[in-house]
Amino acid sequence: MAEPNVRARKAGADGEGHPSGDDRFELIDKALKRARFSQDQLIEILHVAQDVFGYLSPDLLVYIGRALKLPPSRVYGVATFYHLFTFEEPGDHSCTICTGTACFVKGADDIVLALSREHSVAAGQTTADGRFTLTTARCLGSCGLAPVAVIDGEVRGHLDAEAAVAAVAANLAASANGDDGAATEPEPERIAEPAGVAGEGN
Amino acid sequence: MGITGQVTAMSYRYDVPGVDDIDVYEQHDGYEGLRAALTMEPTDIIQLVKDSGLRGRGGAGFPTGLKWSFVAQDTGKPVYIVCNADEGEPGTFKDRPLMEYDPHQLIEGMIVGGLALNSVQGYIYLRGEFAFAGRQLAKAIRQAYERGYLGADVMGSGKRFDLTLHRAAGAYICGEETALLDSLEGRRGQPRLRPPFPATHGLYGCPTTVNNVESIAAVPFLVRHGADWFRQWGTEKSPGPKLIGVSGNVVNPGNYEVALGTPIREIVDIAGGMAEGHELKFWCPGGSSTPLLPAAAIDTPYTFEDIAEQGSMLGTGAVMIYSDQVCVVDTVLRFTEFYEHESCGKCTPCREGGYWLSQILRRIETGSGREEDLTLLEDICGNILGRSFCALGDGMTSPITASLKHFHDEYVEHLRQGRCPFGTTAPRRDIPMLAVGSRDVGNAQVPTFEPAGQA
Ligand SMILES: Cc1cc2nc3c(=O)[nH]c(=O)nc-3n(C[C@H](O)[C@H](O)[C@H](O)COP(=O)(O)O)c2cc1C
Ligand code: SF4
Ligand code: FES
Repeated sequence: MAEPNVRARKAGADGEGHPSGDDRFELIDKALKRARFSQDQLIEILHVAQDVFGYLSPDLLVYIGRALKLPPSRVYGVATFYHLFTFEEPGDHSCTICTGTACFVKGADDIVLALSREHSVAAGQTTADGRFTLTTARCLGSCGLAPVAVIDGEVRGHLDAEAAVAAVAANLAASANGDDGAATEPEPERIAEPAGVAGEGN
Repeated sequence: MGITGQVTAMSYRYDVPGVDDIDVYEQHDGYEGLRAALTMEPTDIIQLVKDSGLRGRGGAGFPTGLKWSFVAQDTGKPVYIVCNADEGEPGTFKDRPLMEYDPHQLIEGMIVGGLALNSVQGYIYLRGEFAFAGRQLAKAIRQAYERGYLGADVMGSGKRFDLTLHRAAGAYICGEETALLDSLEGRRGQPRLRPPFPATHGLYGCPTTVNNVESIAAVPFLVRHGADWFRQWGTEKSPGPKLIGVSGNVVNPGNYEVALGTPIREIVDIAGGMAEGHELKFWCPGGSSTPLLPAAAIDTPYTFEDIAEQGSMLGTGAVMIYSDQVCVVDTVLRFTEFYEHESCGKCTPCREGGYWLSQILRRIETGSGREEDLTLLEDICGNILGRSFCALGDGMTSPITASLKHFHDEYVEHLRQGRCPFGTTAPRRDIPMLAVGSRDVGNAQVPTFEPAGQA
């Protein structure tokens, strides 16, 4: 198995920092220490890793497995079991549309179709330019607001196709202009908090 | 029969501004239940819960007091109390508002539960998607530690109670209590064989109770007001208030609190009645795993026993209302796709059956159904029900068998016309649900469905 080889980023200019050359691993090391390297904290560590890196690369899984003294099969098995973990780099912006029954009766399908047409992307995929990921979820537990979508981590209710397309367009435009509301790289402080709602719902 | 209709019992603090903060919570009788519980013997608290007749709000309706009395106290091992906040049953949204508006209520309940069970460690297993509820709970737990409600010396009593918040990672099956325990231990959440039951061999092999958010949050009220207060609502077998979420074709879908025993007709009225131009066709009493019921059953009182008599279950309190404009086959297909997707894969009837059921339903809905499909559906359901390892498999069959029973004609109509009479499906076929594959079971490694007709 390969040593961690994740794209280096802001490695300390003074040559110090994480031995992997990527200082983001320091955040993971911190979480590992906080968990006292306890194996039953695996899921929490995976959460932190995904919050920091945006997704779980094979190298990252190996790194975590070694730290917790768990075989790769166990880490991989757990990570792939849970739907919130993702293994591909997500787009800069995301929209998760609930297609549960309450949202379905209120026209969620139209929203999926409209966004999918607008951005030429199927549900579950990211646009070729890496700017936008469209996903669907089943019942986000907000049926009273149906139809519901989570746009860049923000829960939006009573949507229709037009409003959803406009909201996504607004976020895309905002980041194109530089004032990126939904940065790809989460602030380090965020890692103590639960992951954004924008995952696949149950 | 006690009082019925809309009530404000457990939700009475929801509208108090800032009650998620401990100061405001304390001004509104916060931690009074805990104060009272500290003067009681643990067995008396359990007896009180038994007397109140509180039945578990997580789906099965098992009496909470009885469940607590089963927790082994003589093993010499620590006892754990675990709150099931994985609320994932489609249509259910009653625990999340409680945790978001009034998180201290749950924390107080956990501490009282800890006292009753001689437990010094509790866990809240929170659905991973509930980011805001997670922040609210984390803040509330921190405040409760600062004020000495949690920690080594609960309110100066010399008793210890620690509480840990666990964020889950998105798997419906982890709501099943033994799967939840495996997940808490850092593994894949797959159900365990029972017996032994969690009451003797639960978390880390120690005696454990797993209870729903609403069940636990009710306990401080019982301690404060007594069992009779609770029994003023509902019926002998189903006492108390109930948090419900009403969704679907009603004017005001949302989160309500009603007394058990309130007829469904009245619940629909509480939610503003049917939306304009819509007429009630069928409804689910408590989430997708509870068999759907036809409009004719609208006068059923909302109690465990009356709903059971109609052939369904009260479930989680997710009242889903569907109108005459909704295709029952399409609805059932969506439920089934959910179960297929969420099957943990441990046992064959559920893992394979779920796949085949949704294939067959999809083919009926899209107009290529065969005549023998209806008996085939029944046959597969019969081979899952009672033969699956956990209740997810059983729940998968509920919508199908119930809809075949009440809406057989509509299935036949799909076959006869060779299409969905409601025409609701065409757009969705462009983007198959399975296209969520990239976030699916095996992710990048598993081939995903290509979109059939992407625009
Ligand atoms: C597939 C499945 C999912 C479940 N999901 C939940 C859930 O999200 N929340 C919950 O409280 N109970 C859920 N349950 C029920 C639990 O297994 C358990 O009965 C419940 O937490 C017990 O709490 P109670 O006695 O307070 O009802 C689920 C059961 C099954 C079979
Ligand atoms: S019934 Fe389904 S969810 Fe339950 S153990 Fe079997 S495969 Fe897993
Ligand atoms: S069905 Fe969309 S939030 Fe429940």
